[in-house]
Amino acid sequence: MTVIANILIVTSILVGLIFTFVTMIGILRLPDVYTRAHAASKSATLGVLSILLGVFFHFWLKEDHFSISLLLGIVFLFITSPIGGHLMGRAAYMSGVKPTDLTVGDDLKEAVKEAREQNMKRLKD
Amino acid sequence: MMTFIWVSLILVVLSMIGIMFRVFRGPSVPDRLIALDGIGVMLISAIALISILFDTAFFIDVILLIAIMSFIGTVSFSKFIEKGEIIERDRNC
Repeated sequence: MTVIANILIVTSILVGLIFTFVTMIGILRLPDVYTRAHAASKSATLGVLSILLGVFFHFWLKEDHFSISLLLGIVFLFITSPIGGHLMGRAAYMSGVKPTDLTVGDDLKEAVKEAREQNMKRLKD
Repeated sequence: MMTFIWVSLILVVLSMIGIMFRVFRGPSVPDRLIALDGIGVMLISAIALISILFDTAFFIDVILLIAIMSFIGTVSFSKFIEKGEIIERDRNC
């Protein structure tokens, strides 16, 4: 039983460590704000979720302490972290940060221009 | 087992230090915001590992608190970057 508990804990924490390290490499080496936000929001979320799952298994299987607040923390991070990533990317686009030169298409530019024209027209009336 | 937890804690702290580089010399403000959000997320996992090391379950509430605070900080800062003010008076926007 102890062996199975150890295997569960070590596997979860190891997956979390790998994803945390990949987050650091992605934030340091990617060329652009949007690609960096992509790396940061996805892989950091999965990394911290796996590490919290490993800690939850440790407290549950080894110390008989079923921690509800850790499960609540996992659910909360899983909901709020992509929302934070979306808001940061949107703020970066609206404040005028240019994407890198490798970018092929930018569909949002025309949509934003159209929305601004409609807004000006509505303000004029 | 304890050695494994120590090594993983050290690796998490090393990746936090690596992200600090992007906080110091990111080219724009949203870069620093993204890096600080990543540091907040990694701080949560560091505190989870520390609560295993100290063999106590009282640090678990700190995790939830830091998650909520980091989310509120990210939302308010990105709204400030986007619109220039956090709490607006105009209701029609």
